[in-house]
Amino acid sequence: MRKLALTDEILLKIEKPARYIGNEINSVVKDKSKVAIRFAMCFPDVYEIGMSHLGIQILYDMFNKREDVWCERVYSPWPDLHRIMKEQQIPLFGLESQEPIKNLDFLGITIQYEMCYTNILQILDLGQIPLLASERGEDCPIVIGGGPCTYNPEPIADFFDLFYMGEGELQYDALFDLYLKMRAEQKTRAEFLHEAAKIPGIYVPSLYEPSYHEDGTLAAFTPLFDDIPRTITKQLVLDMTQAVYPEKPVVPFIKATQDRVVLEIQRGCIRGCRFCQAGMVYRPVREKHVERLKQLAMTMLKSTGHEEISLSSLSSSDYSQLEELIDFLIDECNRRHINISLPSLRIDAFSLDVMSKVQDVKKSSLTFAPEAGSQRLRDVINKGLTEEDILNGATQAFEGGWNKVKFYFMLGLPTETTEDMQAIAKLANETAARYYDTVPKENRNGRCQITISTSFFVPKPFTPFQWARMYPPEDYIGRAKTVNDAVKEQLNRKSIKYNWHEADVTVLEGVLARGDRRVAKAVLEVYQNGGIFDAWSEYFDYKRWLDAFAACGIDPDFYTMRERELDELFPWDFIDTGVTKEFLQREWKHAMEESVTPNCRMRCSGCGVKKFGGGVCYEN
Amino acid sequence: MKIRIKFRKYGVMKFIGHLDMMRYFQKAMRRAEIDICYSEGFSPHQIMSFAAPLGVGVTSDGEYLDIEVHRSPSTAEALRILNETMVDGVEITGYVKLSDDAKTAMSIVAAADYELSFKEGYTPVATVEQFADGIAEHFTKPAQVLITKQTKKSEKVMDLKQLVYDFQVSEKVREDGIAVPCFYLMVSTGSTDNLKPELVVEHLFAAMGLSYDANAIQIHRKDVYAADGDGYISLGDMGTAL
Repeated sequence: MRKLALTDEILLKIEKPARYIGNEINSVVKDKSKVAIRFAMCFPDVYEIGMSHLGIQILYDMFNKREDVWCERVYSPWPDLHRIMKEQQIPLFGLESQEPIKNLDFLGITIQYEMCYTNILQILDLGQIPLLASERGEDCPIVIGGGPCTYNPEPIADFFDLFYMGEGELQYDALFDLYLKMRAEQKTRAEFLHEAAKIPGIYVPSLYEPSYHEDGTLAAFTPLFDDIPRTITKQLVLDMTQAVYPEKPVVPFIKATQDRVVLEIQRGCIRGCRFCQAGMVYRPVREKHVERLKQLAMTMLKSTGHEEISLSSLSSSDYSQLEELIDFLIDECNRRHINISLPSLRIDAFSLDVMSKVQDVKKSSLTFAPEAGSQRLRDVINKGLTEEDILNGATQAFEGGWNKVKFYFMLGLPTETTEDMQAIAKLANETAARYYDTVPKENRNGRCQITISTSFFVPKPFTPFQWARMYPPEDYIGRAKTVNDAVKEQLNRKSIKYNWHEADVTVLEGVLARGDRRVAKAVLEVYQNGGIFDAWSEYFDYKRWLDAFAACGIDPDFYTMRERELDELFPWDFIDTGVTKEFLQREWKHAMEESVTPNCRMRCSGCGVKKFGGGVCYEN
Repeated sequence: MKIRIKFRKYGVMKFIGHLDMMRYFQKAMRRAEIDICYSEGFSPHQIMSFAAPLGVGVTSDGEYLDIEVHRSPSTAEALRILNETMVDGVEITGYVKLSDDAKTAMSIVAAADYELSFKEGYTPVATVEQFADGIAEHFTKPAQVLITKQTKKSEKVMDLKQLVYDFQVSEKVREDGIAVPCFYLMVSTGSTDNLKPELVVEHLFAAMGLSYDANAIQIHRKDVYAADGDGYISLGDMGTAL
């Protein structure tokens, strides 16, 4: 039996020791003397969050299929263990081998949200790996970043040896093979990174140099050598049906956020919502064949023993063979007492029928994400959902026995007016009214419950809103108050509940999302002043960030309050996502004109990703 | 058909708590494709119950869960398919059919026996002889051994003499080759008079003037018993093989 990295004394003192022992069903333990490459795959948040991430499960499975690679997992130690590891100088370890990650060849970190940036530093620090890539020696692991936040890697560029841009299924074999070859030739770390930078999709930040205009905007972003590419092209899988997928995902002992089989039905989204980074950077939509999905579903249910299966995609209703898939799942799962969860479905007659078959109508709620309250603003953001769609969907749902509805909106979207904010409350009120009009008193199960949640909009790179300005925290709270006041004025106010997010963290996300290389200093400063788990409100400390910006001479407003010039060079412009800047500029103008762009299946809008040669662009 | 499953829990699995072990077995039943019965209702759950929860940090050779199945493979086959899908640290050692009117393990648990010994890296604070004298002096001789059990809401005075059925100490050779004192206890277990064995040993240490370090002691459950006339019967001896 494996020897654990932590003593019984520590494990029995901390919360949820199961986070740190590995040994889960389907986790992979190899004989370390028989592998050539050791890889630590990290999600820089607590185990239950990290274990729920599909991307890591895919890469973990793919890497371990190579006989010469052993990939293991590592997550952020919770603050209780963090303290102990710092005090006792215990090096952070991989769950499978329980050995220090500093002794491995690679440390891959997936970066899913900006507020985990300090946790990246925690991983390195507890791992006893120098925080700055420039200070790492020959025996340190190569630290790789991947995931959505790498579409602007610059605020964390100093901490990584290289970034992998795009979908991981493609270039890791090339990277591993290069590593083995150069190690055999006894080449240095720098020599390896230089060659790695020539692999498609690999960005080695130390090989590029930014220069700035006097006003602080980026003037140029230049490779230091002639043989290093000027642009990095995101990698994407063209054939999702043939792509690797984990048939035996790891099953945690403790309840993870995603305690179910996750079936990815497609990648990308045809919709083109102008605020949505995923909708832009994962273009074009690529479906998995329904027969492959059926086979995967059954294999994964058997190999995990999970009691639930969930479909994963940005917009499941757009999957062309959804009906066939769902009929199959309902049939197979009912027989086996397995639940089906169907997130991201558009509410219509079909989805209501399906949902009534797979969930308890009385207990479950329906979710709408109109994102904006008024039709005008929904046109600005290109959310092709009309008030009629919502009210009809809700009415049908009420007729079907539902009485709980959840609404998700964003505040602070470009061009937003007071009327747009008030329209949120009015839409909720109108929905409630439909309930009382539709359902006779004797059939009602108490009041209907309408829940409105608003978050504040953060402009993201590679979206048409990447030029947009943000607002000060007080302003955001003022917007939430406008909605709250409007809710209180509604006739059906007793049926409506309103929740809103905090504003401070929004502003910070804004700085980190569109920051440049200079911001890294502040991230480091925050970590050194004790900042970890910023994504957790109980650990987030706004003042610590403001102090760090001040100490580093960084003006956060520069990154958030400016409406950028159309021709400004952005820190992320060296990345080629396929979607052209011209398309994004066109979409930004359409937004200002309140004009709607049709989805990819209705008409091609020439975003640029057709050049990849696959997906929805070639459906007909 | 009612089935009783016996398993061992050891190694790193001692850090997995009772509720998570229940989830683990629910998933294991599906992986092994055991034809288990489900309850009625909109969210049906497997008919499964555990005999006596095991605390985090404790290992065991005698854990039990009862399930109901529509049909079952033979004992040998069931052991094989279940063990094929176990993790390191859980081993299925028994699979027997119970009579249809059998009560659940949980409802009949009356006693459990344990070994408590010094973990690797910890030096025993007294010799086997000293502990044996201590047991005779502070446990066997007195008519009553009263201890106060602190619960969340109140304090409860208990007489250990009524709840401890056996208490001995002997020498055990640890994996690192060092011989250490090892306590054997059989104590009252179940929903009414549940006694944790470490309370007894802690009491002994205190009476001997020794300090008790919970970190130094590995608790290991050997088996769980139901009352049987004047004596006890192992839950594992109650069914018939298939």
